[in-house]
Amino acid sequence: MNKVEASMAGTVWKVLVSEGDVVDSGQDVIILESMKMEIPLSAEIDGKVSKIMVNEGDFVAEGDVLLELVGM
Amino acid sequence: MNDQWTKELKERVQKIQAGGATKYHEKNAEQNKLFVRDRLELLLDSGTIRVEDGLFANCMEEGLPADGVITVTGKMNGQTVCVMANDSTVKAGSWGSRTVEKIIRIQETAQKLKVPMLYLVDSAGARITDQLEMFPNRRGAGRIFYNQVKMSGMVPQVCILFGPSAAGGAYIPAFCDIVIMVDKNASMYLASPRMAEMVIGQKVTLEEMGGARMHCSVSGCGDVLAKNEEEAIEMARRYLSYFPANYKQKTSKIEAKSIQAGIRSIEEVVPDNQNVAFDMKEMIRALIDENSFFEMKELFAKEIITGFARLDGRAVGIIANQSKMKTGSLFVDSADKSARFITLCDAFNIPLIFLSDIPGFMIGTQVERSGIIRHGAKMIAAMSEATVPKISIIVRKAYGAGLYAMAGPAFEPDCCLALPTAKIAVMGPEAAVNAVYSNKIAQLEESERNEFIQQKREEYQEDINLYRLASELIIDGIIAPNRLRDELKERLELYESKEMIFSERKHPVYPV
Repeated sequence: MNKVEASMAGTVWKVLVSEGDVVDSGQDVIILESMKMEIPLSAEIDGKVSKIMVNEGDFVAEGDVLLELVGM
Repeated sequence: MNDQWTKELKERVQKIQAGGATKYHEKNAEQNKLFVRDRLELLLDSGTIRVEDGLFANCMEEGLPADGVITVTGKMNGQTVCVMANDSTVKAGSWGSRTVEKIIRIQETAQKLKVPMLYLVDSAGARITDQLEMFPNRRGAGRIFYNQVKMSGMVPQVCILFGPSAAGGAYIPAFCDIVIMVDKNASMYLASPRMAEMVIGQKVTLEEMGGARMHCSVSGCGDVLAKNEEEAIEMARRYLSYFPANYKQKTSKIEAKSIQAGIRSIEEVVPDNQNVAFDMKEMIRALIDENSFFEMKELFAKEIITGFARLDGRAVGIIANQSKMKTGSLFVDSADKSARFITLCDAFNIPLIFLSDIPGFMIGTQVERSGIIRHGAKMIAAMSEATVPKISIIVRKAYGAGLYAMAGPAFEPDCCLALPTAKIAVMGPEAAVNAVYSNKIAQLEESERNEFIQQKREEYQEDINLYRLASELIIDGIIAPNRLRDELKERLELYESKEMIFSERKHPVYPV
């Protein structure tokens, strides 16, 4: 299990994947928006998206888990 | 003189120089730790003079050669330095009264000679059995820290942490200018996991409590994480190459090198879109002499980059916002990291270059509760007080108090220059239009809103037009990216004779 966490407080701008999608390590999965900047968050492992905890527009705090991956 | 005397002396010296019992040497080797005298061989220039005092400390006792610490004066990169080095083969490098006295004396020597002081730490802490002789008295362990504080800013103080640095001993690194930690082996903590479990009931590993990686990435107590002892020693040698011997001197200029071959130019690195991040380290590489960057706290508070470099052979301190990490906004830890780096450069006459690409200080409850305002104030105070040449470059944006913290025009930089893409404002256009016209926008029909917002944003852009700022003498110039390195070279040369006194008083009341 691998988690993608918010690197800082901000709003979920875009969720780029759906549950069940297969992603590569380094692939962007979510883009946060904070301080008027785009913050792409990427998967740290090759894996399958098992759970997405947020919707576009949600406010998230630093360290919040946004998405879970299961290693392949 | 009878040969017998010389022979006895020689035998005693050899025995002391061999350190503790064989089993402790073997344990060291198992942990990939070098014997303290081998560390010194790597640290100091080979074949140059060195003197060691107090070799016979505690020689009347069995099993305490040199009382567990070696104190020498020698040369590093041709520069005289003083060194104290714990011997972990002697009672785990613990401190007795003579250990402490030796450390105090080498510190006194460094002060008299006005030369850098290095601490090679690998110690279990105080010998509790000797506490009355080494802990509370006038020349007890406390005096080591007192001396460190006194020497701070007078001569460079460097700590290499090879093993534990426990309890009171953990303050040696804390008072140094730089702490280099060997991954896996180095640790610092006030109480060991065993003690913590006993006193507060917490169960953790040593690595969690005070491991090298934790300190270099989370607590900020460590500056450089080295993969082994050899690398740690090499880093200490490299670090000191950017420094003069003391606060009265300046780092010598060395032979200039060109920038690294084959890297992208600044035009290629910096994106036009203000909302997209880029790697500021690429821009730094495009400005400095090849392979000359020495980064401080690389793993900690990565939204700000702090490090030493050579530009045209001159030593400089660079402080730059990293938009790739947390948008490059300043947080509590990054403000702290910056304040410390600025103070370090200013103490030893190293000019500062600020590269701004900052959306501002971070906002929100999380940072307010952590005291972002007082930490921000700390950085602004350190930057204001710095009297070394201060060059402020607005790379892409400098919004809000971010402009202030990055040596904006009001803070008497020797110049504030901007690249043609730069924006300087209280806030970015999106936030500003919303702040000023939020009521108006709410009253507008849905269909009119976008057009209104767009129009106001354009007006705002015009208001903060860079040429307007240059025309009003807010900035001193607009520089083409491909001219920036040459511009910096020339200005660093011209500002060399800068001398200023910031303010007359005892000392400021520091915002901490």
